[in-house]
Amino acid sequence: MARNKEDLVLVLDVGPTMHAILPDIEKICTMLVHKKLIYGKSDEVGIVLFGTEETKNDLQIEVGGYLHVTVLQDIKVVADAIVDTLRELPRGTCNGDFLDAIVVGMDMLIKKFGSTNKGKHRICLITNAQHPIKEPDEGSKSDQVNTIGQMMKTYGVRLDCIIVSLKLARSMQQKIVDENVDLLDQFSRNTTSKIVCVDGPTSLLGALRTRNISPVTVYRGDLELGSNMKIKVWVYKKTAEEKFPTLKKYSDKAPRSDKFATHELKIDYEYKNMENLDKIVPPEQRIRGYHYGPEVVPISSAEWEAVKFKPDKSVKLLGFTDSSNIMRHYYMKDVYIFLPEPGNIKAVLAVSSLARAMEEMNKSAILRCVWRQGQTNVVIGVLTPNISSADNMPDSFYFNVLPFAEDVREFQFPSFNNLPASRQPNELQQEASDNLVKMLDLSPPGQLELLKPDLTPNPILQRFYQALDLKSKCPDAEIPRLDANLLRITAPDPGILSEQKSQLDNLRRQFELKDNPKKRKPRTLALTEKPSGSNVEDAAANIKAVEYQNSGASVKVEQIGCSTPLKDFEQMMARRDGSKWVERAIKEMQDHIYGLLENSYKGDNYQKAIECLLALRDGCIQEQEPKKFNDFLHYLYKNQNTLDLRDFFDLLSTKNITLITKAEAPDSDVNMEEAKALLIKNEVVSQDY
Amino acid sequence: MDLDPDGIFRDDSDSDDDFFHERESSKEFSVYLVDASPKMFSAAGTHEDDKPESFFHAAVKCILESLQTQIIGRLSDEVAICFFNTREKKNLQDLNGVYVFTVAGRELLDRPTDRLIKEFSNINEFFMDSIGSRYWIEPASRENSLYNALWAAQALLRKGSAKNVAKRILIFTNDDDPFRNISGAAKADMIRTTLQRAKDAQELGISIDLLPLSSKEFNVSAVYAELLGLQREDLPMFLTCSDEKMEDMCNQLRKRMFSKRKVKTLMLVITSGVSIAVNSYALIRPSAPGAIVWLDSVTNRPLKTERSFICADTGALVERPRIHFHEFRGDMVRFTVEELAEIKKVSDGHLHLLGFKPLDCLKDYHNLRPSTFLYPADEEIAGSTCAFVALHRSMLRLHRFAVAFQGSSSHPRLVALVARDEVIGSSGQLEPPGMHLIYLPYSDDVRYPEELRIDAGNPHATDEQIRKASSLLKRIDLKDFSVFQFSNPSLQRHYAALQALALDRDEMPVVKDETLPDEEGMARPGVVRAIEEFKIAVYGENHDEEEAAARGSTTDASKKRKAMYEVALKECAGYDWADLAENGKLKDLTVMELKNYLTAHSLPVTGNKQVLINRILTHLGK
Repeated sequence: MARNKEDLVLVLDVGPTMHAILPDIEKICTMLVHKKLIYGKSDEVGIVLFGTEETKNDLQIEVGGYLHVTVLQDIKVVADAIVDTLRELPRGTCNGDFLDAIVVGMDMLIKKFGSTNKGKHRICLITNAQHPIKEPDEGSKSDQVNTIGQMMKTYGVRLDCIIVSLKLARSMQQKIVDENVDLLDQFSRNTTSKIVCVDGPTSLLGALRTRNISPVTVYRGDLELGSNMKIKVWVYKKTAEEKFPTLKKYSDKAPRSDKFATHELKIDYEYKNMENLDKIVPPEQRIRGYHYGPEVVPISSAEWEAVKFKPDKSVKLLGFTDSSNIMRHYYMKDVYIFLPEPGNIKAVLAVSSLARAMEEMNKSAILRCVWRQGQTNVVIGVLTPNISSADNMPDSFYFNVLPFAEDVREFQFPSFNNLPASRQPNELQQEASDNLVKMLDLSPPGQLELLKPDLTPNPILQRFYQALDLKSKCPDAEIPRLDANLLRITAPDPGILSEQKSQLDNLRRQFELKDNPKKRKPRTLALTEKPSGSNVEDAAANIKAVEYQNSGASVKVEQIGCSTPLKDFEQMMARRDGSKWVERAIKEMQDHIYGLLENSYKGDNYQKAIECLLALRDGCIQEQEPKKFNDFLHYLYKNQNTLDLRDFFDLLSTKNITLITKAEAPDSDVNMEEAKALLIKNEVVSQDY
Repeated sequence: MDLDPDGIFRDDSDSDDDFFHERESSKEFSVYLVDASPKMFSAAGTHEDDKPESFFHAAVKCILESLQTQIIGRLSDEVAICFFNTREKKNLQDLNGVYVFTVAGRELLDRPTDRLIKEFSNINEFFMDSIGSRYWIEPASRENSLYNALWAAQALLRKGSAKNVAKRILIFTNDDDPFRNISGAAKADMIRTTLQRAKDAQELGISIDLLPLSSKEFNVSAVYAELLGLQREDLPMFLTCSDEKMEDMCNQLRKRMFSKRKVKTLMLVITSGVSIAVNSYALIRPSAPGAIVWLDSVTNRPLKTERSFICADTGALVERPRIHFHEFRGDMVRFTVEELAEIKKVSDGHLHLLGFKPLDCLKDYHNLRPSTFLYPADEEIAGSTCAFVALHRSMLRLHRFAVAFQGSSSHPRLVALVARDEVIGSSGQLEPPGMHLIYLPYSDDVRYPEELRIDAGNPHATDEQIRKASSLLKRIDLKDFSVFQFSNPSLQRHYAALQALALDRDEMPVVKDETLPDEEGMARPGVVRAIEEFKIAVYGENHDEEEAAARGSTTDASKKRKAMYEVALKECAGYDWADLAENGKLKDLTVMELKNYLTAHSLPVTGNKQVLINRILTHLGK
């Protein structure tokens, strides 16, 4: 743990022009501390603000100057208190000087650590860089930057700059920003520094690296071009999925009084004889069986060890080929990066010349890799050049794994050109589609690319850490809603949609999309959708089978379609050729309502949903199935956060749609007050927000 | 009430398996109906070594290939091989001209076995003698062998419920009009009954597919179009291949033999109110050796695995837990399974279009897992194909890819949709038209190891060096490299070994590792010279000498090792080891002293004291 200990100073701009985005900065800094509390408990954090009204820092006391820079938090091991400090940052009144603030941060790090733990110190600057720094007493600004850069190098401090570029009003300011960015860029000559420009809160969340994973090499050794020519390379993972944390299973068996209970659950596997289930077979009596057709072949591990495929550790070049031969969708796994061996100038040059030649000629290299001795498989993959943009960064390669013959299924699909005219778009439709592609541009010229993977945080992990924090304070807390900034990742920007409303309406008019009620599965995708899909298919098969039986008789409604849900529901409820129809009708109506609500955009489906809900309520009273309706309403209520149903429930209370009470159906165990209470409870909740 | 949002009772670990492996439940029963009429034995084309091959050979070859794939990867699939227009007959209904081929120890419709493959591979040798070929549909015979074949196949497919088994009949023939020798009312009658038979089979959920063996003059619309229930718009699919080369025909057949298995149907929400249905297919997934089962080594019978949860505090057996916890600030923060599912449910199950970007925004490192292929489906939402094709064309023309959010409950991710146009080669379709769904990383998934190297000492290559590298690139050029030309040596070896062990063969078959570089090609003088020139350009003239010199000079670490070795040698010389070992006094020494001995004799120094003593004893030969 201590090996990876990081010392971080957050240098935050709180000047007047930053006020708009400060709440988001508070949020991501809090997230950073939360993650450190989980993954880096011994990491240390300090906070420096600039642009503040007052001044509070050691340097001002010692040498004077450094005005409007406040040390909010001295460097100390992460703790809850830091979260509280970050909850509300003071809003500044001055336009701060980021260089002064960096120096203060540096000073804190040097005073506390000297030259120990080099390379693990990081300063993270968040600013909009809209204000010029003051002219130094002697020399130029860039001289000053160089001096500080030298210091950083000496003490092994890294600098991450996140520049928030909000929309600028005057071109004058753009000039200042450019100058500032240039200055910050200069740091990279001497030090490990990085500048990221972000356009808004969503990418701000992704830009700040909240968790430090020290990279581990996958392979160190030769990249063999031939028997005679080798390049020393180190291979790392470039991307690796950060998985949802694995939670431990909780046991409540321990007595309440036991303070030292671990509450953990162990999982135990027992292997039993099929014929005699009481007999447990000990491990030494077990043997692995491998499927071969219908046979199962028993093979001991020693036997297997002897015949296994054991290639030697190596990375060999098979040849070069045109990049167009390798299509993007053949990439199989997460990506590796090949870097020249550190400190080996020859390797740096060899990689650089190959990479540049490949880039020029549009070629890729095919490699055969065995990363470790003893690995039982080989990897075939494609090496593509990654030309470094900075002078001090070596050129490198990205490596993507390609499929083997066994991994590919060559299915054939009808060609689009041979489709009948009815399925081909006409000119107007094509135009509407072209316009859509042009309109929803996420990388408009002259602006920052939106939703860049490198800057887009994982909404689920963010939500999990929020929930973790919330529940640690209040165990009964509900799961928080998805942060508004994260909604930009899961759904299109409503701003753009409303801006381009006429275009979208045109699109909607051009394409005639009709649900096929016969083939259409019950709209339960959200409810029963399982990745395996087995249930859905079975259901479809069921329906088919039923249809088959009933063929010959007049067509009866067996499903609730989207065109006439109310009529379908009534007809299904009225069917008397089997008790299952009532149940199915209720189930499908519920699914239909759920689907409506889920696909609702700004409440456009609420009216339909209410009508359906009323019909369902009447139907349930008539058929004496109050529980089915009440359970469903409860279910919706429970899911109102995910589905964003607050307004819907408000609507329900105005229409006075309540749970089915005992008065209406004797089977119900809900009395009048309870029925009302659900809706009132909701009103209280909505006022809280 | 079944209102259990999907998958909350599943473990997290399950979801990945779903993604990577096809579901075991999707079983398929196929009957291969191979025409054995004399026409099938006419030469179809020449093989590589100029030996003429018949259409019948081609069909057998393709079936063999698919059997081999099946025995490895599709454990639950069952097949029957059935010839029609044969001299002999062998089938359940005792129909003329139909011969169902199988081997001992296997039902007519069953999983393929090693034996079946072996015997079937020799069928060309004994076919004429034991089964024979004869054309039945003639005025004189009054037999309708096609009808008989369909009927026999349908009878074979009677087992298994239509619910979870996909049933198929594949007809291999090169005769587009089997009824050409008949005329008048008899012909009309024969056609009518055959079509009716096919229709009956289809109504029972059996799909019928035709693999025409000579597509150039094969007139599908003569009889088969109606028999297969083809729509006019599907016809063009049948006319894309050519039979000029045997290889190409086989390729074409092989591709058509596998039925497309869709993963699931997704809704692509283009904008509110415009949603289309697309089917997703897993065209590329890593295939791994099949799962193992535990057996009792005494009886070789499979064992039943039981999982139980035990409370660590009390030792009590517990039901499957519904509460999980994560440690945070020293507390246990508890979550129910439902709450965890809710956290992951950030969107509905649909694919939401977010916008478009130029193709160069999709970097080479924006990848995490194998892609998924999307093709429009009109069955659920009519008009989907039209909208999809329009979007596909716009994206191709404007060089854009789409960014979308896939809100699946187990693995919601940001994805790129890359449109691909169809690519047709001599052996038919090489790349299908549609969109590939590529899973993008989040910022949490991207790492920056290159930033550790920010340093002034990183020169870039000179133009001269790049020029030399370019000429190297030209020399070692894989011209017609195709992405999946190699078979996986590890997997090949696995199955070869399994086969050998299963059949108690003593010799391990040799499996060629196709992935090794082409030594011969690399040794060509032109290539060697290009490599040598590049080497001199980047490494300098005397690289090998410098390397050798560097290796000769001792580094700090090796100096230290040497010093340690000398100290240990000196120290351990002070004991009479043989005597100590003899009297069992080794245990009185300290671990340090024992390690001195081991170091001095270049033995491993790991393990506890007893291990060290044992190692010394072994070394001393005690």
